[in-house]
Amino acid sequence: MEILELDHLSRHFEIQPGFIDRVIRRHPMSYIKAVESLNVSIGNNEILGIAGESGCGKSTTCTMVSGLLEPTSGDIRYKGKSIIGLKGEELRQYRRSVQMIFQDPYESLNPRFRAADIVAEGPRALDLWDADEIDHRVIEILNAVGLPAHKYTERFPHELSGGERQRVGIASALVMEPEMIIADEPLSMLDVSIRAGILDLIKELQEERQFSSIYVSHDLSILGNVADRVLIMYLGQAMEIGPAKDVILNPRHPYTRALVGAVPIPDPRSRRAIPNIRGDISKPIDPPPGCRFAPRCPHADSSCQANFVELSTEDPNAHQAACHKLDIIADG
Amino acid sequence: MTKTATPEPLLSIRNLGVVYSTSQGPVHAVSNISFDVHANEVFGIAGESGCGKSTLIRSLLRLLPDNGRMDAGLCQYKGQDLTAMSDEAFRKNILWQEISLVPQSAMASFNPVHRVGDQIIESILAHRDISRAEARERSAGLFDVVGLQSDLMNSYPHEFSGGMRQRAMIAMSLSLDPGLIIMDEPTTGLDVLVQERILRRIREIRAEIKSSIILITHDIAVIAEMSDRIAIMYGGEVMEQATAVDMFENPHHPYTLGLKNAFPSIRDIGSELISIPGSPPTLVGPLTSCPFAPRCPFNLDTCHQANPESINIGTSHQVRCIRTADAKQFRKLAREKSTWRS
Repeated sequence: MEILELDHLSRHFEIQPGFIDRVIRRHPMSYIKAVESLNVSIGNNEILGIAGESGCGKSTTCTMVSGLLEPTSGDIRYKGKSIIGLKGEELRQYRRSVQMIFQDPYESLNPRFRAADIVAEGPRALDLWDADEIDHRVIEILNAVGLPAHKYTERFPHELSGGERQRVGIASALVMEPEMIIADEPLSMLDVSIRAGILDLIKELQEERQFSSIYVSHDLSILGNVADRVLIMYLGQAMEIGPAKDVILNPRHPYTRALVGAVPIPDPRSRRAIPNIRGDISKPIDPPPGCRFAPRCPHADSSCQANFVELSTEDPNAHQAACHKLDIIADG
Repeated sequence: MTKTATPEPLLSIRNLGVVYSTSQGPVHAVSNISFDVHANEVFGIAGESGCGKSTLIRSLLRLLPDNGRMDAGLCQYKGQDLTAMSDEAFRKNILWQEISLVPQSAMASFNPVHRVGDQIIESILAHRDISRAEARERSAGLFDVVGLQSDLMNSYPHEFSGGMRQRAMIAMSLSLDPGLIIMDEPTTGLDVLVQERILRRIREIRAEIKSSIILITHDIAVIAEMSDRIAIMYGGEVMEQATAVDMFENPHHPYTLGLKNAFPSIRDIGSELISIPGSPPTLVGPLTSCPFAPRCPFNLDTCHQANPESINIGTSHQVRCIRTADAKQFRKLAREKSTWRS
C-alpha cells in the first residue's frame, strides 16, 4: 500500500510584470512552472530520494507535501485520501504525521530555547500528551538520537556543534511520531567527517520506528547510500525514477547521464568523460510544452519539443525514464 | 601527473602560525605550517570547517582581521622574502599582480552597481600603464578564456548566474598574469553540472597559462581530481602532505584514513560510510598534544603529551603522526566501523 501519491501535481507561481508593463504595454502575466505534472508514489517504510539542480522543483514539491503550499493542479493523496483543502483537526493530524528535517541546523533552532524545549515544542503546541508524558518522551528521543539526556536537555543551541544541532532537529521531528519524514538536504551544512553518523542515524531510526521518507539532496553519492528509490527532476519535470542503484549506476535519461557523469570521484587516477550536454540551465518561466531538457539535450528532435513523457505510478519499482529517444541513446 | 620538483619553489612557507586574540584567550588558528608550491602545479589544501584553511590564505594575502597576528619562519615568493615587505609594497607589487584570489563567494565579491567588465578593466588599469581600450581588449580575451561571451562584459553582476559569476571571478584573477592563483572553495554551492564545467575550465586554463594554483576545498573528490599534491589540514596544522596519488593510495595519518571513509563515492554506492566520532578542537592556547588525538582510534598516551613533529616518509610525503610505522595495519583497521566507535 502506498502511503503517499502525487498525482499530476503541478505548482505555478505568477510573476507580476511591473506597473508600466502591465497597464500601458499590457504584457500578459508570466508563470514560473516550478513543478509540472509530477506522478510519484512513496511506499510504506520507503526512502525516496529526490535529486536535481537548483530550480528543479524539489523543494517546492516538499513544501506542497508538507501542506504548507497548495498545488495549482493535481492531487496529493496521503493513505488514499486527498490532503488538499484539509481543515481543522484533520489538518492538525496530517501535520503531525508528516514532519520535516531542515537543511540548516544553525538557522532552524530557536536560539533562546534549551534543547529539551525545542524538542517539546511540537507536542506542546498540538497538546499531544500531558506534561509528564511529554518530558518523558523528550528524554527518550534525545537518547535515541545520540544526545544523552542528562548532558543535553539543558543546553542552548549555541552550546551544540553542527552535528548535535542536526540531531536535535531530527529529535524534534521524530518526537511527533510521524509516519513520514521530509528531509531537505539534512547533511549539506555538516562537515564530511560527521555526515556518515547522521546518515546512519536516519537509516537506523527509520528501521526502528518505521516511517517513510522523502530525502532531498543534490548529492547522488549520498542518495545512492540512503535511498531505496531515486527521482531525478529538471526544471519542474520528472526525468527518471527507479531503484537507487539502477538510476545511478545505469542511468537512461540523457540528463541523468550528464548529472551522474559530472560527479567528481575521490580517486586521483580516475578519469570521467565530459558530460554530453550543452548550454546553461534556464528558468522555468513560461516554458514550451515539451521536455524542458530538450534545448540542452544532444538527442532532442521536434517530438521532444512538442510533448513530454510522463512517468507512471503503476509499478512503483519500475525503472522509468521520461524520454522519447531511449532506443537511440541505448544504441549510441 | 607528478612534476619533478624545480630547484626553486614558487612559494615557500616554513613554520607559519596565526594567532587571534579573543576574549577567551589566544586562538592558535594555524600553527607550524610548512609547504612549497612549485611552478605550474595545483596544490590542494583540504580540511573541514575550523581547520584553519581560510585563515592560512588570509594570512598569506595579508587580509587578516585586526585581532589576528601572523608569524612565519619563512614566507618566500620567487625568492623574495614576503615577511620583510611593507604592507604598501605588498599591495602594490604582490597582491593581485603576483598572487591573486578567487574568493569563496563570487556572489558577494563583485560590486553590484558596476558592470562586471568595468570592474575587471579597473583592476587592470590600477596596476598597468595601458589605455582603457587595451584593458578592455584584454578583459574580453579573459572572458573568452573562461568561456563567457565578451558581450556579457556589459552586464551587471545580478544578471549573471552563480556559475557565470564564478567564471568572471576567475577571469579577474587571471587579469594580471599572476604567478599564483589562490582559489578558495571555487565551486562550493554550485550545481554539479556547473561545477564540472568550471573545474574543466580551470584545467584547460592551467594548460594554457603558466600560473600555479592553490586550491582550497572541503570536497575530497574535487581535490583528488584537480591536484598534483595535497595537504590535509586539521586543528590548524597540516596532518599529511603528499602527491595526490600517494595521498589516496598510500595514506598514513589516521585523520586522512577517517576522512576517506566518511566521503561517499558515486563509483562505490552502497559501501558503508563511517564517520569520525567527536568534534574538532577549539584551538584556544597553543597545541600541547596532537590535535587529532581525542578523536583518533589509534592514540597512545604519548599522543596526548606532546604535539608530534612532521616526519618525512618518502621524498615528498610528510606525516604528522608518531605511529607511521603502523600505517599499513591502520589502513586495514580504519575500514572497520568498530574501530571508530568512541
